[in-house]
Amino acid sequence: MVQRASAARRLGSARAGLAEWKLQRLTAVALVPLGLWFVFAMLALSGEPYAEVRAFFASPFNATMTILTVIAAFQHARLGVRVIVEDYVHAPAARVAALVATDLLAFAFATSCIVAVLFAALGS
Amino acid sequence: MATRAARPLSPHLQIYRWYFTMALSILHRISGAVLVVGLVLLSWWLTALARGPEAFAVVRAAIDNVLGGLVLFGFTLALFYHMLNGIRHLVWDAGLGLDRESAQRSGVLVVVGTVGLTLLVWAIALVK
Repeated sequence: MVQRASAARRLGSARAGLAEWKLQRLTAVALVPLGLWFVFAMLALSGEPYAEVRAFFASPFNATMTILTVIAAFQHARLGVRVIVEDYVHAPAARVAALVATDLLAFAFATSCIVAVLFAALGS
Repeated sequence: MATRAARPLSPHLQIYRWYFTMALSILHRISGAVLVVGLVLLSWWLTALARGPEAFAVVRAAIDNVLGGLVLFGFTLALFYHMLNGIRHLVWDAGLGLDRESAQRSGVLVVVGTVGLTLLVWAIALVK
C-alpha cells in the first residue's frame, strides 16, 4: 500500500474531477429555485399571445432569471451527459469525440438561448 | 495476457434483480437524459420567439396538440423527478439518510412528490 501511494503521489489528482463534481452540485442547487421559477414562467406564458410572451422577456428580472436558468441547466446537462458518455462509451476515439461533441453542443445551444433571450428582451 | 472473461462492466443493469431504490437510481439518469431533449426544445422555443411571430407560431402549432401536450407532460414529470431525486442526492452528499430504510422512505417521498407536483402544474395549466 505504501508503495502504491508513493507511486500515485507524483502524478497529481485525476485532473479536473473534483471541480466538475463541485460544479455539478453547485448548478444542481441553483436549479432548484430556477427550475421552480421556470415552471411558473411557462405556466404563466402558456397560451398567451406572441406580444405577451415578448413583453414577459422585456422585464429585466424575467430575462435575467431565464439566462441564469439556461446557464445553470446547460452546464448541469453538459456534466451529466459527460458522465453518461464516460460510463457507456468505451472505445477511446469514440469516447473523446462524444465528450468533445457534448461540450461544443452544450456551449452552442446555451449561447443561442442567451442570444435569443436578449433579442426577445431588447429587439424590436 | 490471459483471455479475459466477458464480465459485465459498470453500470451493469442486466445482471441484478430489480428493486425499488435501484429503479429510482436509473430513473434519475433517464430523466436527466430526457431533460437534455427538453433543453433542445427550449432552445427552439426561445430562438423562435426572437425570430418573430411567424416562427413562434410554428413552434406553438407543434406543441398545441394532444401529442405535444403528452410530450410536455413527460418533460414536467422528468423535471420534478430529477429535481426531487436530485435534492435526495444532495442530502446523501451531506452524509445523511444513507441507510436502507431512509433511502426507501425518501424514495417514496420523491415519487409521491413528483406525481403530485406534476398533476398540480397540469391542473393549473388546463384550468387556465
